[in-house]
Amino acid sequence: MTLNYPRLLPNGDAAVSVEFGDSIDTKVNASVLAFDLAVQQAGMPGVIETVPTYRALMVHLDPLTADHSKLFDALLQLARGTLPQSDNKRRWTVPVVYGGAHGKDLKALAQQHGMTSKEVVDIHLLTIYRVYMVGFMPGFTYLGGLDARLHTPRRPEPRLQIPGGSISIGGAQTAIGAAPSPSGWHLIGQTPVRCFVAEREPAFLFEAGDEVVFQAEDAGRWDTLKAASAAGELIANCEVF
Amino acid sequence: MQDIGRFGYRRFGVSTSGTMDRRSAALANALVGNVAGSAVIEFHMLGGKLLVEEGPVVIATVGPQCVLRIAGKLIDKGCSARAEPGEIVEVESVRQGVFAYVAVGGGFNLNPELGSRSVHRRSGIGGPMLVSGAYLTVSAAPRQLMTISLPKPDARPIRVVPGPQNDRFVNGAVKALCSSSYAIRSNSDRMAYRLSGLALHHLGDANIISDGVLPGSIQVPGDGQPIVLLRDCQTTGGYPKIATVISADLDRFAQIPPGGLVRFLSVTLDQAIVAARAAAAEQTEILATISPAIRLPTTDTLLRLNLIDGVTDGS
Repeated sequence: MTLNYPRLLPNGDAAVSVEFGDSIDTKVNASVLAFDLAVQQAGMPGVIETVPTYRALMVHLDPLTADHSKLFDALLQLARGTLPQSDNKRRWTVPVVYGGAHGKDLKALAQQHGMTSKEVVDIHLLTIYRVYMVGFMPGFTYLGGLDARLHTPRRPEPRLQIPGGSISIGGAQTAIGAAPSPSGWHLIGQTPVRCFVAEREPAFLFEAGDEVVFQAEDAGRWDTLKAASAAGELIANCEVF
Repeated sequence: MQDIGRFGYRRFGVSTSGTMDRRSAALANALVGNVAGSAVIEFHMLGGKLLVEEGPVVIATVGPQCVLRIAGKLIDKGCSARAEPGEIVEVESVRQGVFAYVAVGGGFNLNPELGSRSVHRRSGIGGPMLVSGAYLTVSAAPRQLMTISLPKPDARPIRVVPGPQNDRFVNGAVKALCSSSYAIRSNSDRMAYRLSGLALHHLGDANIISDGVLPGSIQVPGDGQPIVLLRDCQTTGGYPKIATVISADLDRFAQIPPGGLVRFLSVTLDQAIVAARAAAAEQTEILATISPAIRLPTTDTLLRLNLIDGVTDGS
């Protein structure tokens, strides 16, 4: 069965998903983000908010004020005219303390792949990651681009609570955690960077489409970095280009 | 503490939260003269007691068969009432549903977080849950006591629109969902109601590439037992969604208690849109029945009405 993209999938009367493909792919995600921007700029009546994900944009609607068929036509037309947005506007450098108490699963994950912990960290540091989406919990940042040598199936038993700022690996993805949350991903490190601080402007640091590179920090620097971050200092460097 | 919800931050993973039964909350707010969507206390199964330290305050409770007492005196259903300093306001345990709402005239003094006063327990956004000993302050405004004709209980099936991923299930899976009853499991909460009943079988893998979800999404993980997402739900999910509860039926669904049975009925998107508008019109009609409370002329009520209501602006 071949499907034509983009396509619209209503989620009841209060949302419609606009799909651009069915793979985790930079180009598909870039189309989603370009479309997201176009929908926001179009200011369509009845649209409450939009949520970009890997390969689709969720458009949340007010079922009382939206004219569904008119809106769906307009969305599809706009989606068909959307080109993948290629310009990455921002690149973040995020400090990470790998292993030990900050990354409980690093050793076991390395063993699973027949590597040393250092080899895993070196590979993890090599990639420029792309933020595909922010979701699940406030500020939880999903990154695409993880080196295939580090792809690791999720833990059979999810943990009920992982520490805030965990850098984790789940399947073909790696992520920057925000607040403590349940997770079935492998913990390889931790960053003192706070993805989400309600009273900060902006409250959320990372957005879909941003690039992220990691910078290894010595465990001895943790307390200093953590204190600076807690004091409101932005300890992640951001290049805009 | 919940209001209409937190919008505009789902793209950052922030749940909308908000009252589980919007209609009941709206009626409670209307009874005390507050704007619809104002923050209310949401009681979950268990009731509670509030001690009025300063006042008077005008208070109303709405929820299925919920019982309000002020200083031990039973307040008529669908009526707001006045509580004086030193009096205890008691909301009894919710009997025929899950959630009861308490609104206070003038509204609670709370700072919004990300635009809303709704508490999201899992992330802590909106502040902590109310616990015994907590203080709440109220921008108390003089209010006339009102009464409203509460809607009758409605036990019709919960309507769903198939999709978005009904094609990820075997033929007849939507029919299976709608052909028998499902029980609400005890590990259900404001995030999702977990159901148990006829298993729904996937075509192949029970994972999809994570995409957006909303209150009403019916996710089906590998064990085939549906999970209906509700107001505190996550913003994205990786399980196929067989169907979506229509917006008009979410309030009613949320009031089915653990152990209770739910039946689903499949409708088209057009029917769902008609239902949403009909539900809004019905709510407008209910709100139109609101009128000043006329009490039997006991000396006590007469005195209170004359002395205090007589000087309000009636707003």
